[in-house]
Amino acid sequence: MTKIDTSRPESVLPTPSHTVGPFYGYALPFPGGGDIAPVGHPDTITVQGYVYDGEGNPLPDALVELWGPGPDGRVPTTDGSMRRDPSTGGHLGRNGVQFTGWGRIQTDADGHWYARTLRPGARGRSAPYLSVCVFARGLLVHLFTRIYLPGDRAALAADPLLAGLAEERRDTLIAQDGGDGTYRFDIRLQGEGETVFLEFR
Amino acid sequence: MALTQQDIDQEIAAERAAYGKRIADGAPVEHQPRRDYAPYRSSVLRHPKQPPVAIDVAQDPELVELFSPAFGERDITEIDNDLTRHHRGEPIGERITVSGRLLDRDGRPVRGQLVEIWQANSAGRYAHRREQHDAPLDPNFTGVGRTLTDDSGHYRFTTVQPGPYPWRNHVNAWRPAHIHFSVFGSAFTQRLVTQMYFPNDPLFPYDPILQSVTDDAARQRLIATYDHGLSVPEFSLGYHWDLVLDGPNATWIEEGR
Repeated sequence: MTKIDTSRPESVLPTPSHTVGPFYGYALPFPGGGDIAPVGHPDTITVQGYVYDGEGNPLPDALVELWGPGPDGRVPTTDGSMRRDPSTGGHLGRNGVQFTGWGRIQTDADGHWYARTLRPGARGRSAPYLSVCVFARGLLVHLFTRIYLPGDRAALAADPLLAGLAEERRDTLIAQDGGDGTYRFDIRLQGEGETVFLEFR
Repeated sequence: MALTQQDIDQEIAAERAAYGKRIADGAPVEHQPRRDYAPYRSSVLRHPKQPPVAIDVAQDPELVELFSPAFGERDITEIDNDLTRHHRGEPIGERITVSGRLLDRDGRPVRGQLVEIWQANSAGRYAHRREQHDAPLDPNFTGVGRTLTDDSGHYRFTTVQPGPYPWRNHVNAWRPAHIHFSVFGSAFTQRLVTQMYFPNDPLFPYDPILQSVTDDAARQRLIATYDHGLSVPEFSLGYHWDLVLDGPNATWIEEGR
């Protein structure tokens, strides 16, 4: 069943998703996973927040992945997010200079996460945003959402996704400005203020 | 009152019946689990109640989600895909070789992408500090591996057969033996985290996580095939498991889908 016969398109069907479970913590997170911005880059921003369940309790075992373009809107094609040390087998981390655009952060015991990355530039018809993929114990299929940054009202108003949402739901996708290049973005999996999650077709 | 396996069995049967009715009423086949699958109790407060908002990628080929993060040779070391060589000694357990292909929905290989795995040791214990199961830890086994797919989309790992282990979803809940997989496609939309199972495990019908995939054919796609051709003489038993990534990528737009 699990040898896919690519000569028969009708047999090429998707592999189902499963939860990341509770025990990924020693496997998927890596040192510097949220330090996406090259060291000292002037366009560095900090995004941070909590992940909450349907009763408003923070999740200490959620995993957040961020993926975004550089300030010029270009999509990074650079590897090296999780460089390894061939001599010790340990993690070297990023090289401090190149921007891979991708990061991975596990929420801490308080359900909090943060990342330092570069302010995304605009692409296509969209206002600038960071793509987010959320994983957690209890979540059978990961969830996609977006972090839009506040400020440019005209760009946000013209964004094809945001323009189609009721105001209350739309606001779940726009981070709050904390000053000094910091932004707060909470992810609510369920209930009041539930974050808008996306399905790509 | 504590939940019993019988309680969970009844809920699993009810979910299957509900899916059967949806299909009979003309609903599409569900290749993915529903996020609100109550027999897996941890899902109850962790699934959205609002339907996801659809994004038609054909409307904008510039979406950053249509591109994928890049990984390369410096993100892995030479022995990262051999989990039996990460310590000074040999891990306890039956050595296995797990190999297969990473494909997109059109059956094309996904090349040069990152595949990460993690698993319990042969006694059913994870090397994770929050793990409470008192099976022995193996000082020679961590259970974490990674590799890049080759030009034909193939990946290959050497590891040991993981053991089944108990968990606390309900009284006497046991997970069938499995290996966790995390993979990237050519687009971020294709991101996948899942679990690979081994053929003929007697625990399958009791496990609410596997049964969350209510479609019989879809569930079979999570189970590897024993492949004698992959077995290595005097060394390991071979299992073959192909992954097909869901979700659109840029080629869908080129073809006007």
